[in-house]
Amino acid sequence: MVELLEHSHPAGTVRQVSPASLPVEIDERAARRSLREQIAKLEQELAAAFVAAYPRSGIDWTVGSRGGPRVLSLGELEQLRDDLAERLHAVRVALGERAEEEAQARALIECMLLEPARYKWVRVTNAHLGLTGCRSWHVRPRFGVIGMLMGWWRVKISSGCPLATGRGGRRGLPVNFSAPHGVVNSHGSP
Amino acid sequence: MGEADALELRSGSVAADVCEEFPELTLVFAEVAVGSGRTPEEVKLQLRLLSDRFRGAQAIAMRQDAVPQAYRVFYRQVGLDPDAERTPVEATAVKRLLDGAFRSRNLLDDALTIALVETGVPIWAFDADAVDGDLSIRLAAPGERLGRQEQAPPLPSGRMVVADERSPLAVLFGELAPGHGVTDRTRRMVLFSLQVAGVPAIHVEEALWACATVLDAGELRTS
Repeated sequence: MVELLEHSHPAGTVRQVSPASLPVEIDERAARRSLREQIAKLEQELAAAFVAAYPRSGIDWTVGSRGGPRVLSLGELEQLRDDLAERLHAVRVALGERAEEEAQARALIECMLLEPARYKWVRVTNAHLGLTGCRSWHVRPRFGVIGMLMGWWRVKISSGCPLATGRGGRRGLPVNFSAPHGVVNSHGSP
Repeated sequence: MGEADALELRSGSVAADVCEEFPELTLVFAEVAVGSGRTPEEVKLQLRLLSDRFRGAQAIAMRQDAVPQAYRVFYRQVGLDPDAERTPVEATAVKRLLDGAFRSRNLLDDALTIALVETGVPIWAFDADAVDGDLSIRLAAPGERLGRQEQAPPLPSGRMVVADERSPLAVLFGELAPGHGVTDRTRRMVLFSLQVAGVPAIHVEEALWACATVLDAGELRTS
């Protein structure tokens, strides 16, 4: 290559051109466009995961970003793409683990209903199933102490959240009375 | 003929460096010869009906809807975190859930809320007397300030802004320059909106039209 360059110059004006000194123009546009598309796709998938995850709480959705609106550099775009991908992966792992726990909780409820005496005092709530609401499945003795002594166990299913009582409290009850969960508002089973 | 019927939508220019990065980013604006003021009962009723139609489930699922999602994606692409600085429609949805309703504030804010909730497209307003020439989107130059007042906050170089022919007037999706917003004395406003990739133009037009219609109704009521 160097010889070739030397030949092209007139005698006496040989100029050495090293490849390193040649100006290199890198067209970032295609890379930037591709990164923006990847960011859009990841954001859409993260949004879909967010909607699917509802009402489960305690999952970290944040993908931090500092500064105001600007044209991001290639490095910043890459970093954002990587952060989004990492967050999406973490969210999917967390949701997978939750789904497994919820399946176990559902199986436990079935076992509790079949053999309450084997699961004394065990309680499963809607939160364990990844659901909203206050319903719970609680293995309790029938007739209190007598049931405990006699081995009469049953699953008591709370029907939902206690009704709002307003500032005045429930009629006939003290103002600050709070009904124990699953007692006032529950229907026994069987 | 009302302002909404005579609404003349114009497209602002987008600087070449911004356009190269976001070819679909468009600034749409229109001038309306109305001011803000107290909200008439009809608009308050409209807000109440809108509140009744808007539920928590919608707020959760919103980020999967095409238009709100397009703004979320754009936020990411310009370096904003839509979970920290919520997109306008998500911020309004959260406020609706916290307040229990879309609270009426004044005619302009109520008009902006109605247009935003109906279409998902955010709109902002300047006092037309404080705007010189056409609006554009560009990057802030070194040493520029947000607005023309002496105490105007400095802008970092490269910040994406909405500007008129003299100075930046608003950070993109952010605060308006002090002294350029709508006040009680405003008689003409410039409404503007930002269309990003994934948002159909008809949504932006619909948003501006809806906003102008509400402002019109308020103006006719109070005049």
